[in-house]
Amino acid sequence: MLLIRCPWCGERAEVEFKYLGDATVTRPASDDSDEAWYDFVYTRDNPRGEHVEWWHHTAGCRRWIRVRRNTWTHEVLGSEPANAKQGD
Amino acid sequence: MPKTEYDVIIVGAGGHGLATAYYLAKEHGISNVAVLEKGWLGGGNTGRNTTIVRSNYLLNENANFYEHSMKLWESLSQELNYNVMFSQRGVLNLAHSDAEMDSFSRRGNAMRFNGIDAELLMRDQIQSMVPYLDCSMSTRYPIFGGLLQRRAGTARHDAVAWGYARAADARGIDIVQNCEVVGIRVENGAIAGVDTSRGFIRAKKIGIAVAGNSSRLAAMAGIRLPIESHVLQAMVTEPLKPIIHTVVTSGASHVYINQTDKGEVLFGGDLDNYNSYAQRGNLPRIEHVVQSVLTLFPILSRVRLMRTWGGVVDMSMDGSPIIDRLPVAGLYLNGGWCYGGFKATPGSGWCFAYTIARDELHLLNTGFRLDRFFKGELLDEKGGGPFPNHH
Repeated sequence: MLLIRCPWCGERAEVEFKYLGDATVTRPASDDSDEAWYDFVYTRDNPRGEHVEWWHHTAGCRRWIRVRRNTWTHEVLGSEPANAKQGD
Repeated sequence: MPKTEYDVIIVGAGGHGLATAYYLAKEHGISNVAVLEKGWLGGGNTGRNTTIVRSNYLLNENANFYEHSMKLWESLSQELNYNVMFSQRGVLNLAHSDAEMDSFSRRGNAMRFNGIDAELLMRDQIQSMVPYLDCSMSTRYPIFGGLLQRRAGTARHDAVAWGYARAADARGIDIVQNCEVVGIRVENGAIAGVDTSRGFIRAKKIGIAVAGNSSRLAAMAGIRLPIESHVLQAMVTEPLKPIIHTVVTSGASHVYINQTDKGEVLFGGDLDNYNSYAQRGNLPRIEHVVQSVLTLFPILSRVRLMRTWGGVVDMSMDGSPIIDRLPVAGLYLNGGWCYGGFKATPGSGWCFAYTIARDELHLLNTGFRLDRFFKGELLDEKGGGPFPNHH
């Protein structure tokens, strides 16, 4: 069972959350190139190791959070509100 | 020890890589080939799947490819002179609503147009075929009917790897275990060889067949793929006398069940749903799968679970695989198999060998090309959208 720290609710079981995926991809401008949109919609770094990802605390406070987690060991390394500036 | 140079190096000695090497030698006369494996033969997803073989697909590209694979399965034991225990016990998809019956009749008709066997069954037919299945109307998800492919079934997964390995070896192919690829060397825009835990090996062509780790291998050549790695769990009960004679699946309760020749009831469900390279999952998914099994087969409620395990699968962005050239000359990819790589093994090796030998796509894997994502020509069997954990 993954234990994920919600910035508002504290450490909670993974079953309270829904997973969205890689939180490092950023949406291109609407007039950006097809290649930029292809990368945003489809391609991912998919690292074995540290991964920054979106989780939604669906069965809790219903807020989106950004979680750092190791995809090889499943260790949860940190979390922050979705609207926090990255690196804060 | 591997030689210092090969015409073709296949990365990954699972079923797909070994089948590719076998068909390179048999169909294309290319036997100066090495299959490199970081662990042991068939130790990845080849030995972790639930052994189901089927070709019950809606979309033409998938249906034609998997049916070609099915036809190879039907003569595989003779072809390899190795008993892969292919058992055409049928795969039965259960429908739990009128809408699902409509969708199954559409898929069944599409299959029959493509020359694949399919039968739509009503509830009473299912009850007599699978007597211990709870077909009452009082269950949480009552069974309305189902779609049956009788020619589908199961095969012994380890035997497939061993059979292809022995047959490839007999044709002069080197299979090198405990040899991990750690780098791909590119010179003047073309493949030069691979750096491995046993040193540099030169090659004219490299085929990647490491589903679960495709992104990591492609990244060694600077390529980013439309794939995420996820962990998929499976489990077996203690052995029982034969009580389930066919493969039973339910999309509504997220489970697929069959009984092995050893008597264990073998089942799997959905992904754990988050990116993972750990070959193990977590308890909530196991609990969910077990609940689904018991909803369908209450008779199993007192049976003990014996083992659970996980495998890391390539989840592609449309749920369909990729067998294609990569944008570096001489580099080829076979990956993105999602839940369904095992049944594809013979067809996948056959198509991948063709693509590597001729540097072009066969009609059967034209739909599996990489640029379909860029061009918007997706093969999204379930209409799940670009979310790998929805397929």
